[in-house]
Amino acid sequence: MIPDASGTLLSLALLQLHLGWSLLRLDPLDGVKSGTSIFAPAGTPAHTIFGLSMLVLSICAAIFVIVGGLLLFVLIRFRQHPSDQNSEREPAQIYGSTQIELSWTVIPIIIVVMLFLATTRVIFSTQHARRPVESLDVTVIGHQFWWEYRYPKLGIVTANELHIPVSNPATPTPTYLTMSSADTDHSFWVPRLAGKTDLIPNRVNTMWIDPEQAGLYLGQCAQYCGTQHAKMLLRVYADSPADFAAWVEHQKQPASQNPQAAEGQAVFQHNACISCHTVAGTVATGKFGPDLTHVGSRDTIASGAVPNTPANLRTFVDNPGHFKPGILMPPMHLNDHDLDAVTAYLVTLK
Amino acid sequence: MATQSPVTAVLDKTQASQPPRLFLATLHEWVTTVDHKKIGLMYIGYALFFLVVAGFEAILMRIQLAIPNNTFVSPQAFNRLFTMHGTTMVFFVGMPILFGFGNYLVPLMIGARDMAFPRLNAFSFWVSAFGGSLLYFSYLGGDGLYGAGSAPDVGWFAYAPLTARVFSPGHSTDYWTLAVLLSGIGNIGTALNIVATTICMRCPGMKLNRMPLLVWLYLVTSMMVFVAVSPLTAAQIMLLLDRYLGSHFFDTQAGGSAVLWMHFFWIFGHPEVYILVLPAFAFANEIIPVFSRKAIFGYPAMVAASVGIGFISLSVWAHHMFTVGMGAGANTFFTLSTMVIAVPTGIKIFNWLATLWGGKIRYTVAMMFSVGFLFQFLIAGLTGIMLSASPFDWQLGNSYFVVAHFHYVLVGAILFMIFAAFYYWYPKMTGHMLDEKLGKWHFWLFLIGFHLTFDFMHIPGILGMPRRIYTYEADRGWMLLNMITSSGAFFQAIATLLFVYNMVWSYFKGPIAGADPWDAWTLEWSTVSPPPAYNFATIPTVESRRPLWDLKHPEDPDTRYE
Ligand code: HEM
Ligand SMILES: [Cu+2]
Repeated sequence: MIPDASGTLLSLALLQLHLGWSLLRLDPLDGVKSGTSIFAPAGTPAHTIFGLSMLVLSICAAIFVIVGGLLLFVLIRFRQHPSDQNSEREPAQIYGSTQIELSWTVIPIIIVVMLFLATTRVIFSTQHARRPVESLDVTVIGHQFWWEYRYPKLGIVTANELHIPVSNPATPTPTYLTMSSADTDHSFWVPRLAGKTDLIPNRVNTMWIDPEQAGLYLGQCAQYCGTQHAKMLLRVYADSPADFAAWVEHQKQPASQNPQAAEGQAVFQHNACISCHTVAGTVATGKFGPDLTHVGSRDTIASGAVPNTPANLRTFVDNPGHFKPGILMPPMHLNDHDLDAVTAYLVTLK
Repeated sequence: MATQSPVTAVLDKTQASQPPRLFLATLHEWVTTVDHKKIGLMYIGYALFFLVVAGFEAILMRIQLAIPNNTFVSPQAFNRLFTMHGTTMVFFVGMPILFGFGNYLVPLMIGARDMAFPRLNAFSFWVSAFGGSLLYFSYLGGDGLYGAGSAPDVGWFAYAPLTARVFSPGHSTDYWTLAVLLSGIGNIGTALNIVATTICMRCPGMKLNRMPLLVWLYLVTSMMVFVAVSPLTAAQIMLLLDRYLGSHFFDTQAGGSAVLWMHFFWIFGHPEVYILVLPAFAFANEIIPVFSRKAIFGYPAMVAASVGIGFISLSVWAHHMFTVGMGAGANTFFTLSTMVIAVPTGIKIFNWLATLWGGKIRYTVAMMFSVGFLFQFLIAGLTGIMLSASPFDWQLGNSYFVVAHFHYVLVGAILFMIFAAFYYWYPKMTGHMLDEKLGKWHFWLFLIGFHLTFDFMHIPGILGMPRRIYTYEADRGWMLLNMITSSGAFFQAIATLLFVYNMVWSYFKGPIAGADPWDAWTLEWSTVSPPPAYNFATIPTVESRRPLWDLKHPEDPDTRYE
């Protein structure tokens, strides 16, 4: 015999409660190398949002338990009894009650006002935060399907791996991101650091992040931007002040000139590579693709799609669509010899 | 042809009293009909066909996402799948099925012989059906089926500038634009017709405050269609101008605005959700009272709440745009307007509760689906409140949490009530009862599948999984959850097939329904099942909200309470 619908509700309620419970106890970093859980905040905006989320979650959970419980009670208590199956008796007809209806209008209004005020505080504290003097500027430009980062005051241009200094709560050094897009809409989302902000062509948005611990923070593009939206991954490296200073110094250097790689450099410069890529200090000044001046020092290629190994680099140059079908870099049709040479060259661009 | 689903095929039989006729004659009759009931059934048939198609697309997506780094479909094929799935479900399942029931029921429930403009009605149907065919023809265009043709891949929201010619060469976006444009024209025509019908064609005695709540809700929905679908139609035309005549409304490479498209789209897109959910409320308003044997609690409040939802829903669209950088002021305003909608919605839930209170609840399959609806809509509403707090949305917007939230609305509330409506009105439409035992299987399988799929989708969102991605890395902790989610989709698919089977089987083998199988109270149950072309032998006269209650309970008529 299939249980009737009150049984349905009971099992549903149990399932939901279980789910809610496991949600609250979720271990955000469980089995995750560099978590992307919004419940593991590691910077001020994410912390503030987390606090609000917990408030909203608990109010909603309370409403769920009360109203859901009431529903359950009614559906079990007032079900038709088998003995009543054939009786013509109709229950008393009640058409409404102004008092009761007013009360369940007014109580929700009060709850809404409370939630609204709490939310407004968080909106303003995030969007109108006072900017400390010690802060870093980075311009983020979204591209199909990679990220361009420019440090206007430091004269650095890089791609896909964003390095920023750790921020100390006592003397905050947040990073201000000024964002736009070169093509379609994108969205910058590193859940442990802050909520997302869209990158939209012809429009400049800003947001700020201030990781309090050194480490790697992952995220990815959160606005559908075309075929390879899924592999437009984000990597934010929060470096200690000393590490960050060293990284900046390194990035300011022109590309290394390695005589052993001269052949590869020639291949690079005699092919269409240079119409899309820049290598500082050489004739390569293309802007369509990522700046490759220090590509050899990055951990990943193809916007986080694969680790930066010589073998992966070679495969990527040979057939860019191999790791990311739909990518906008065309295959260059190089022969094996040239491929090896170019790979050797790219590896030296540290 | 798409529209020859089991329902329409089955319905040919409703002409049983007439001598058997040639296939061509029958076809001719259906194609040329202006009878609101036949048009309603054609809408329903074509929507069911597309429900199966778009459901199949969902299954393919879920297979792809079941495990990380899967290569079951290519990235582009996946992007096409979610675009087609979303577009189809909204424009070619949701809208037509609701308009189908509206077409069928509204004239019957107000005691009229037909819609106000029968030919406009037929025109609207054929225009939107043509839109659906065009959308799917895109799979054949261009490189044909194998290369998946020119099926659109810009998402059902089709954000600019991805739809500009530079980023979307070829014709895929044009198929999308024209299909949506056509369906919009059809929807506006039908909405106009429903408004005119309820205003002008009510039978004697049916004052506005005696109309069944279903009719009220269809009136509100139809008014919303004018206000919401018109900007969408305008946006489609502007997009076509951009793509073919060199205007630059949304062409950002020439200085156009991407945000303009978002405003246009969501001024349609948000009310659209309410356009879909109000008819679901409408079904609940008819079914819940009948199976708890009580009058609906607080009729005036229910009407007021519906009208209120209609108005407020027009002022919340930018809650889809909390992350586009509108500034704190705008974010605050749209947080407030969105949260406020919880109040009239809450009133509805509480009034349904009060209707059940003290009743004599009969758990037919229709009622079981309604109970599922109440519960799931409660959850959808609560996650909606969470998302309306814009900082929470900065985190969860465009994540799987949102996918879970809106499927609780679209499937948990709307589709559940559509199923309920089938079990409730199928006997009226065909003269045969649906099989309740099969129905229970359908309910249980669907319920389990639904919760497996969409409950477990909330968590990957919280763990940072964005939507519209064709694959993900294995190290993110999303794998098990996606596996569970995908397995649930299969339960839903099996349940849906069972339902379709039930409809065909019951048409031939189902017990005869009679005029009033549920002991109900509204006018459609006063005529034979299925109703004749002219609906009522004599136009009824009513004196209260529940005319059949008055007839059945002369000692305690509703008229006393007005
Ligand atoms: C078996 C039932 C269903 C399943 C398993 C399912 C699954 C999915 C999945 C996997 C997505 C893609 C999520 C993403 O990556 O963004 C999606 C999107 C969507 N679904 Fe469903 N769905 C189902 C039923 C429905 C129904 C009944 C409706 C509406 C009436 C609907 C409307 C949508 C919409 C509007 C989208 C967004 C498409 C877009 O992003 O462009 N779905 N669904
Ligand atoms: Cu992107």
